[in-house]
Amino acid sequence: MEHKIPAVKMRDITKTFGQVVANDKVWLDIYRGEILALLGENGSGKTTLMNMLSGIYFPDSGTITIDGRDVVIRSPKDAFDLGIGMIHQHFKLVDVLSAAENIILGLKEEGGFDIQAATKRIREICDTYGFEVDPDQKIYNMSVSQKQTVEIVKVLYRGADILILDEPTAVLTPQETDRLFAILRNMRDAGKAIVIITHKMHEVEELSDRVAILRQGQFVGDMLTSTTNAQEMTNLMVGHPVELNIERPEPVDPKPRIEVKGLTVRDMDGVLKLQDVSFTARSGEILGIAGISGSGQKELLEAIAGLQTVEAGSIQYIEDDGSGEELIGKDPLSIAELGVSLSFVPEDRLGMGLVGNMDLAENMMLRSFRRGRSPFTDRKSPRKLAEQVVRELEVSTPGIGTPVRRLSGGNVQKVLVGREISSAPTVLLTAYAVRGLDINSSYTIYDLINRQKERGVAVIYVGEDLDVLLQLADRILVLCGGKVSGIVDGRGAKKREVGMLMTRLGGGNADE
Amino acid sequence: MFEITSFFPRAVMQGVPLLFGSTGETLTEKSGNLNLGIPGVMYVGAISGVIGAFLYEQSLPSPDAINGFLAIATPLVCSLAGSLLMGLLYCFLTVTLRANQNVTGLAMTTFGVGFGNFFGGSLIKLTGSEVPSIALSATSSWFSRSLPFADKLGWFGEMFLSYGFLAYLSIITAFIASFIIKRTRIGLNLRAVGENPNTADAAGINVVRYKYVATCVGSMIAGLGGLYYVMDYASGVWSNNAFGDRGWLAIALVIFTIWRPNIGVFASILFGGLYILYLFMQTGENLALKELYKMLPYVVTIIVLIITSMRNKRENQPPASLGLSYFREER
Repeated sequence: MEHKIPAVKMRDITKTFGQVVANDKVWLDIYRGEILALLGENGSGKTTLMNMLSGIYFPDSGTITIDGRDVVIRSPKDAFDLGIGMIHQHFKLVDVLSAAENIILGLKEEGGFDIQAATKRIREICDTYGFEVDPDQKIYNMSVSQKQTVEIVKVLYRGADILILDEPTAVLTPQETDRLFAILRNMRDAGKAIVIITHKMHEVEELSDRVAILRQGQFVGDMLTSTTNAQEMTNLMVGHPVELNIERPEPVDPKPRIEVKGLTVRDMDGVLKLQDVSFTARSGEILGIAGISGSGQKELLEAIAGLQTVEAGSIQYIEDDGSGEELIGKDPLSIAELGVSLSFVPEDRLGMGLVGNMDLAENMMLRSFRRGRSPFTDRKSPRKLAEQVVRELEVSTPGIGTPVRRLSGGNVQKVLVGREISSAPTVLLTAYAVRGLDINSSYTIYDLINRQKERGVAVIYVGEDLDVLLQLADRILVLCGGKVSGIVDGRGAKKREVGMLMTRLGGGNADE
Repeated sequence: MFEITSFFPRAVMQGVPLLFGSTGETLTEKSGNLNLGIPGVMYVGAISGVIGAFLYEQSLPSPDAINGFLAIATPLVCSLAGSLLMGLLYCFLTVTLRANQNVTGLAMTTFGVGFGNFFGGSLIKLTGSEVPSIALSATSSWFSRSLPFADKLGWFGEMFLSYGFLAYLSIITAFIASFIIKRTRIGLNLRAVGENPNTADAAGINVVRYKYVATCVGSMIAGLGGLYYVMDYASGVWSNNAFGDRGWLAIALVIFTIWRPNIGVFASILFGGLYILYLFMQTGENLALKELYKMLPYVVTIIVLIITSMRNKRENQPPASLGLSYFREER
């Protein structure tokens, strides 16, 4: 391996955003015929580094060499011309255009504007690597995994032979992930250089040939995947040894807390989002909810929190003494006063629960501003709470007066989850709490959730990482197309089994 | 009496400024710029043409010495230059300095109208005329000149061939704009810029250039609407504020045509017709009824808005990033 010439050599790359140093003299080599996993905690500068390679950002200093030639990448177009293509975490696709139109977007090809010819070439690329894409389909009609495929075809169409994928598996089901990995291996064997940014250690071990690790904007080192293990990589990323097991304490004295019966929800367009969903969430227990994204998870949590109009069914909040109270028909405020707390982390992380332009303390206040009788708001306790959250969850921020929008994604989530937990709820609804978080922060969050569970809180945890759900949850409810596909015990459940339940009702065979 | 042969040509003549305005605004909006300064741009387009024509007519020894080519070219070039400057100003503020588009647009409408009235008033003072208006009839006769054989073709000539060249230009421009937006690579890139500038940028499209060019070309097209109004429709007579709310109507037309200039060709005639319907209806002394008739174009626009948002078809929605400024390194 040592004699190979790197396709990309990045040397002493530095990039700052205001006072924040995102990359500090980073070195990185990328080889052809190899899959490189780029590892690092949130805010360690992985995406920034790759954005400089793909022309989105411009480095403050440092050199980039492609195939031995010094290059300057000023714009995404320069990057294409050098054969670099990046598949971003948030897809860069125009919804109202078709797949083919998105793929040829921005190109200056020989001859006239000929969508037919483009379509033909797209089909050829699909056949070569085994993609399934309908070039005429509009993006807004596509599933997440189809969109991702379009993104990959797009960079291949542009003749990229250096591919960068930023957290490509974050939104995929296990089956889709397997298919993606097969394609990536195909492309590697075809001599392309592939960089994948991910937080999931088992994926790194399964897929990559080499890993490179960043920590707080600095390059820590790279090594062959075969010579290392998850523990070592995590320690390097975090900078100190980390325990890699998720605890699962036995539930203490579980009692029914939320009882959902026959819940049916339609969205604004009249599409059935939840159909006859029934389950019980118990105190001191974590109920995991698994399902392909968009299977009704959001509607379920929102219905419990009183944010969704319910068509049929009942949701009972059961007190310790066994007396029940109907939640349907109550407004969100009085449900929240019962101790039901919702922390939903949407795909764009800021959309629900936090206001980007407000600082940490003000965001804390969003929960508490109604308290007290004085006509003036109490600004002191939110400040204290913000300081406490920053300290306990190790939020990296210049101060509590910083607008939340300026924090990196992981830190934004810590603020949100920290605030919800601080209100001492009796029911904690949390969705995608660790979405996009690095290992260390994720474990902090799991820890927080476990502590809530030990306090006797009924936790409903919607997650996308099955491995985590299987380790963390006491029971797992699997949703499939808005229906309960099955409820399995977290201890002893198999990943395949849950994966099957996610894609097919009841997880049974095809003729069901 | 309601006569189609007299109603239709007047509806068309009312529609032409609206068509220019809406074609220009559609191009602009496709790039994600919501230029609410269009009424101001059209106003400036009109007064610039007037200034050009005025200076040219003044330089002549006698009105008969007018040269046909210069009579048309001078106001045309002045009008294009005036509205181009307005477009450049808008782009500089919203694209380069990333100012709020709504505020900038509204300020430019106020500015454009003020600019027009100031210079209009000055010119009226210069001529020392008794009525508060200036007449550029020599120039206007060149602008409103129709095909020589039009009157010989009876009702057909009256309905379709009786207009000045700018009227036909407005229709051609609309179809060309439609073709470019829908069928060319430039149009595809432009739509992408307006829908999702991040994506367009990552695809190697120069977002700033597309926004600048689309907005400036759009402004120039809209400015021609002002020029047509004063030189052809108003027979070369400029008086302050006579242009009225046609600029806003043009913006309403953009929504009405669901961002398709080719639909605008027909919709502008419909709007023009609705705009003057009160003149053809027997309203008598009932002024209130008259005002209700004048509301029709806006009522129709609201109905279209309701229908398109109810049908919720993605292709009929405004460009997704309309009104938002774009900065690549935004975090």
